[in-house]
Amino acid sequence: MAAQNIKPLRDVNIGKYDELSTRERIVLDIDGKEVGVYFEAGEIRAWLNVCPHGGGPVCQGQIMPRTVQDVRPGGKSGGLGHHPTERNIVCPWHGYEFGILSGEHPIKGDVKLIPVAVRVVDGDVVLSV
Amino acid sequence: MTQTPDDTPVIKELAEIGRRSDTRDVLNHATKHALNKFEDYFIVDVDAHVSEDQFWEEVLELIDNDVWKQIGLHQFGSFGGGNALLNLAPGLSQQSVGGRIGHQGRREPVEGTEGHPFVTSARRGMDALGLDYQVVFPSAMLVLGMHPQDEVEVVLARAFNRWMTEVVLPKDDRLKGLLYLPFNTPEVCEELVEKYKDDENIIGFTVCSTRNNPVHSDVYTKLYSMIEETGKPLAFHSGYHWGDPSFAQLNRFLSMHALSFTHYNQIHVTNWIINAMPERFPKIKMLWVESGLAWIPFLAQRLDHEVLMRPSEAPGLTRLPSEYMREMWYTSQPMERTDLGMLEATMKFFNAETQLLYSSDWPHWDWDAPSTITDLPFLSDQAKRNILGLNAAKLFNLPVKRTRPDSEQTLKERPGVS
Ligand code: FES
Repeated sequence: MAAQNIKPLRDVNIGKYDELSTRERIVLDIDGKEVGVYFEAGEIRAWLNVCPHGGGPVCQGQIMPRTVQDVRPGGKSGGLGHHPTERNIVCPWHGYEFGILSGEHPIKGDVKLIPVAVRVVDGDVVLSV
Repeated sequence: MTQTPDDTPVIKELAEIGRRSDTRDVLNHATKHALNKFEDYFIVDVDAHVSEDQFWEEVLELIDNDVWKQIGLHQFGSFGGGNALLNLAPGLSQQSVGGRIGHQGRREPVEGTEGHPFVTSARRGMDALGLDYQVVFPSAMLVLGMHPQDEVEVVLARAFNRWMTEVVLPKDDRLKGLLYLPFNTPEVCEELVEKYKDDENIIGFTVCSTRNNPVHSDVYTKLYSMIEETGKPLAFHSGYHWGDPSFAQLNRFLSMHALSFTHYNQIHVTNWIINAMPERFPKIKMLWVESGLAWIPFLAQRLDHEVLMRPSEAPGLTRLPSEYMREMWYTSQPMERTDLGMLEATMKFFNAETQLLYSSDWPHWDWDAPSTITDLPFLSDQAKRNILGLNAAKLFNLPVKRTRPDSEQTLKERPGVS
């Protein structure tokens, strides 16, 4: 029965919010399940470290500002620029990018990272894995 | 939240992956894919790359012409470095997307290991990807066909072939090479084929496609006869060239890269077929490398369409261009797979089951793991095995034997922490 292979989720305390949040990202292997935890703009996100493109270690890549193309009046190009606040997770295998907060590819939003539930309980960061 | 002692999880932190990460850490997920998806397959990677700029001084030392050797070593020690004598434009080499894709141009940490650093790094890659054999191609030399000085292509070709056959390939039986042919100088190509044709680690010959030489020219007929005689394949490895006037209109690396990697092989296949080279050299085994697959049905249909209307311009043909194309071989990477229906039709079109050879292109930015083939839902298990290794074994006359360690062993030795 397939159901026998599905392990129930359990809560795992990964440390104090005050300490972890000084780091922008931490990637953990928890009993073989790999999760990237991000502290961004006062929010927390956790994503599976598995890229939807080819299964690469997406959370172990760089964090880069989202690149935008400005359009000036009359449809003229304002050239390339870095978005002032939005930042992307970049998969190190082939460069797919995903918003840190949305988990979505900037061009094809239905190409997404898989979320992992994360919350703060009594000052501790807790993942459901 | 409560955790009992026996369910205390084992937690380890994984480091960021960058240019100096150990290959086995970068590819840790690929090793797990190997373990779970294709552990018992025989796998040959027909196109992987030496980042020869890291060993460029070793190559320059082997130049057999005093003048070019002196100029090369002088450049190496001053502004040229790993690009000495080469025509690669470093400012236009934007493959890593501003450093986002760290393994492009990687520097393997090999401190404390024994043996040649290239071999150490290649072995790590083969073990991590689950490969039994790997064919190594140069990187920066891929555009040497556009070098304005033919004699530089000649001296570098001679030196690189020596480096490959004397320094690298004898160190590991899993590594194989294709002889670099300085195609701008046909008589030197002939001399090199003669010299290396019996080298058992040289399993074929290669022309870097980025160049403007018409492949049907009579200056090459002796060379083709010699290659035909060896029974070893001739591979055209595509590349890019932003300096081409058409591509100079393109303002992004991706635009130029997407088009130019198919462009040069399309030109060469067109000349090869329309001039009836498959009829004139029926035994030569032609392999087209690193243009992906989508261009194959496009070009075949274009040529069939026009040949039927203008048979007087291709009078040497006895069949349609698509039929000749189905008798050539192709490597898989970079395999377009955003529309699986199109990919399935493409593979059917050119008989991928017998004509397609898996290639990784590792460690370049748009590399493909073997799982790109095993994950395809429409291929039979036999077709996957053919594409991943058996077709290559047949074409290159390689023994079908497992040479790689178990993936479990690789994972145990290097559990991917960085
Ligand atoms: S696996 Fe992440 S970009 Fe390809």
